[in-house]
Amino acid sequence: MKFLLIEDNYELANAICARMRSDGHVVDHADKIFDAIEYSQIGEYDLILLDVMLPDGDGREFLKHHRARNRSTPVIVLTARSQVSDRISLLDLGADDYVTKPFDHAELEARCRAALRRNSGTSQSITVLADVAFDPVAGSLKVGDSTIKLRNKELRIFELLINAPQQIFSKQKLFDRLFSYDDDVSENAIEVYIGRLRKHLVGSQLSISTHRSLGYRLDHD
Amino acid sequence: MIEGVKISGSLRNRLTVSLIGGAAVLALLMYFIVRAYATQIAQQGQDNILGASVNSILDAANVSEGFIDVDFPYASFSMLGTDTDDRVFYAIYQDDELLSGYDGLAQIFPEVDKGSAYGNTTFKGAPVRLASASRMLVGADLRVQLTVTVAQTQDSLLGALNRIGRNVAIFGAGFFLLVVILAFWATSTAIGPLAQLTTSVARRGPQDLSPVASPVPREMAPLVFSLNKLMARLEYSLSRSEDFIAEAAHRVRTPLATVRSHAEATLLRVDKEENRQAMRSMIRAIDESSRAAGQLLDHAMITFRADNLDQKNIDLVELVQDLAMRLSPIAEMRDIELQLDALGPVSVIGDAILLQNAIRNLVDNALKYAPSESIVRLVVATTPKPSISVVDEGAGFPVGEINLLPDRFARGSNSGGIIGSGLGLTIAQEVAEAHGGGLTLNNHSRGGACVTFSF
Amino acid sequence: MILTFLVQPVLAEEWEDQQFFGSATSQKTLRILSNTDTRFFAPIIESFLKSQPSVSVKYLVTGSAELYDIFRTSPEDFDVVISSAMDLQFKLVNDGYALALGDLEHPDWAQWRESLFAFSTEPATIVINREAFEGVPTPSSRQDLIKALRQRPETFQGRVGTYDVRHSGLGYFFATQDARASETYWRLTEVFGSLGVRLYCCSGDMIDDLVSGKIAVAYNVLGSYALGREDAQSQIKVILPSNFPTKMMRSAFVSTNTRLPDVAGTFIKHLTGIQADISKAATFPLPPLDRTVEPAISLDPALMTYLDRLKRRTFIQEWESAIIQ
Repeated sequence: MKFLLIEDNYELANAICARMRSDGHVVDHADKIFDAIEYSQIGEYDLILLDVMLPDGDGREFLKHHRARNRSTPVIVLTARSQVSDRISLLDLGADDYVTKPFDHAELEARCRAALRRNSGTSQSITVLADVAFDPVAGSLKVGDSTIKLRNKELRIFELLINAPQQIFSKQKLFDRLFSYDDDVSENAIEVYIGRLRKHLVGSQLSISTHRSLGYRLDHD
Repeated sequence: MIEGVKISGSLRNRLTVSLIGGAAVLALLMYFIVRAYATQIAQQGQDNILGASVNSILDAANVSEGFIDVDFPYASFSMLGTDTDDRVFYAIYQDDELLSGYDGLAQIFPEVDKGSAYGNTTFKGAPVRLASASRMLVGADLRVQLTVTVAQTQDSLLGALNRIGRNVAIFGAGFFLLVVILAFWATSTAIGPLAQLTTSVARRGPQDLSPVASPVPREMAPLVFSLNKLMARLEYSLSRSEDFIAEAAHRVRTPLATVRSHAEATLLRVDKEENRQAMRSMIRAIDESSRAAGQLLDHAMITFRADNLDQKNIDLVELVQDLAMRLSPIAEMRDIELQLDALGPVSVIGDAILLQNAIRNLVDNALKYAPSESIVRLVVATTPKPSISVVDEGAGFPVGEINLLPDRFARGSNSGGIIGSGLGLTIAQEVAEAHGGGLTLNNHSRGGACVTFSF
Repeated sequence: MILTFLVQPVLAEEWEDQQFFGSATSQKTLRILSNTDTRFFAPIIESFLKSQPSVSVKYLVTGSAELYDIFRTSPEDFDVVISSAMDLQFKLVNDGYALALGDLEHPDWAQWRESLFAFSTEPATIVINREAFEGVPTPSSRQDLIKALRQRPETFQGRVGTYDVRHSGLGYFFATQDARASETYWRLTEVFGSLGVRLYCCSGDMIDDLVSGKIAVAYNVLGSYALGREDAQSQIKVILPSNFPTKMMRSAFVSTNTRLPDVAGTFIKHLTGIQADISKAATFPLPPLDRTVEPAISLDPALMTYLDRLKRRTFIQEWESAIIQ
């Protein structure tokens, strides 16, 4: 998917971009409103991430501008401000959602997915591999004629696997993506979700193979 | 309403008292002036009659055959009749010698042919007013100065003065009474705009710091001007401190976010278990501190707002629905289903932002403590009171601590490694109390915690 | 002193009459100084004593002028003063000899300073001997009288009587008031002078001589006195001059020096009470106070006019020159 990140803090912007690109997304970065408007006019984005405080104005200015031009691209605001004082005005101005800094990347991902889902119902970037079609936004897996609704954790594991087929993902890596840092869960929980995904893939050309002490890999026949 | 205000006198009383005091002084002044004036006029009246009497006697004098003859008319004395029967005395002198009349009546010898002179004296034990006039009589071989004095007691005059005095006193008292009534009326009229201003300021909403726009009397303009200036300063200072807090939060949270993002990214790259543990601890510490900072800020905001609720009509179901939608991505992450149980709109009066924040804290808690792939129910009820219950399928509250949990920074003994500040329930409880309700914590019979926020 | 006209000061108190009413042993004796004959006052005093059993009354009678002088000399010797000479009474009160009685209801014109109270209205009259006027019309006015006297001077020579104004206080009062009212008085006086008028000190003597026929006409006699002589009504006739009757009001006051202010005050109340009640006129011989009209001569300071030494001297001179020819 294609994101526009509007954030004046380079360190944070770099971190976000790195993370998103590692997830297989395309990210453009603008560090001020002026640039952001230019980017948004030229490029077609699936979603815009907007920081509120920017050097040449308030992020809300961009929101106003964006909505005035009737752009339906969902906007998620990244804010460091109090939800009590800011929440209403942000949503009133047309933001689809907001995330309070610092945020859990998984949460940002979840909110993006929810926003996209609310916006169009389906993703424009359905990944098709062999006879399996994966819609990360709807969280659905189409094997042959049957569509399977994935649970969140299944979806997120599968997303990782399908974006880098033939790559082995260690248990820790999957765990770190799946669970927030306060979840008191052992890495073995991963096996449960892998097991579920394997069940969903039965009858398709795709399968998940276990590589002892290395991790898991999505294979197709 | 006015506790803590030092009272020093009353404007109304001061105004009333000065008006009444002024009226009393005026009434007294009027009494004395009118009385003095009446005395003068009455005395003038008596003097005129006495003078006329003296002159009628003097006019009747003539010299015939070396004798002084004063054949004065009956009217000389009859004109002196008064309704209080004042006593009359007179004396006729030829030069210094008493010719006729009362001996010992004090004599004034006015200048000859220069009209009457008047005076007061006491005769036969009674204070009298007397008039005296002189005339030169010239006969064949006689040249004498004839002096006539007529005196009269002043019973009638005093009676008249007492009557006038009494009437003036009654008039003065009436005037005074009228002024007292007018004083009260005038005072309340004058104080009225002040009361109106008080009402208009007192009725303002908590956020209303706009200047007083309705017209006020000129004398109150400086006060209202100062009040407006004070409110403008207050608004400026409030918005400044809000801006400051927001700015501070921004300044703290943005670098935290950077660190967190980097830490997360790093975590994905390192393989060594101890390094991973360190990164995780770091992320947890960041989460904990940012969450605590956020809740402390919220708590401060709520404490401020609880005194001045922004009361509006709110549909609780809509509010909870909206909230559920906002929180669904988080629920989804944990594969928890948020389920809303409501029959129809439930209308309450309250501060929407505070309520949302309170319920959000409750749902946040539930999402944290509920097991993965479970259901968190949000129940909106109307009876007995409008309430919102958040029911999860987790471990429930530790039984012995259930009453202590809403205290500040209190955390359940079973909270384990879950990140929290201990302020969530406190915030919810304070919001509930600010709305005249309360927070009830109990454990569901089938397991799981149930928090009921009631109005 | 103003009243230097009192040419005959009373050396010893030679009373015309003195009577004692009530018990001799009573502790309180009210001393009344009066110029009114005892017979007029006896019924009043007796009725008063009925209501005041512990009081006795000493009633002393003298002429009006003497009364004035006696009282001024020793005001402490009397409790109540009664006189028909309004001017003298007035002057005594004006000079402060009278006690104010606050609680007495009386017409304003009939009292002065709540001290002097008038209690009878008595006109000065012409009294004639019926015999002298037999066959001729009786005069009804002063003018008629002048005409009658002038028509028959022989009948009236030496047979006309009037007060000697020099000695009678009441006579002087009537004379001055007549003179004030009309010039007729002086013409009448001149006629009297030409007829060799007889001068009297008192009404009583004049009436006596009229009854006996010694005089045929008496001028300015108190009608009450003449009518009081019931035995003589066939000899005399009382005529009220029609054009301007001179009316006197008998008056009383309480002395400031009285030892019995309460009793004296009660007496004045009793007296005015009786005299105000016309229904009692039959029982009490004095004529009542005429409350129907305000009198021409009221109690006011003008009464002192003719008491003035100069005025009196002038009046007496004029009177003497008219009457003594």
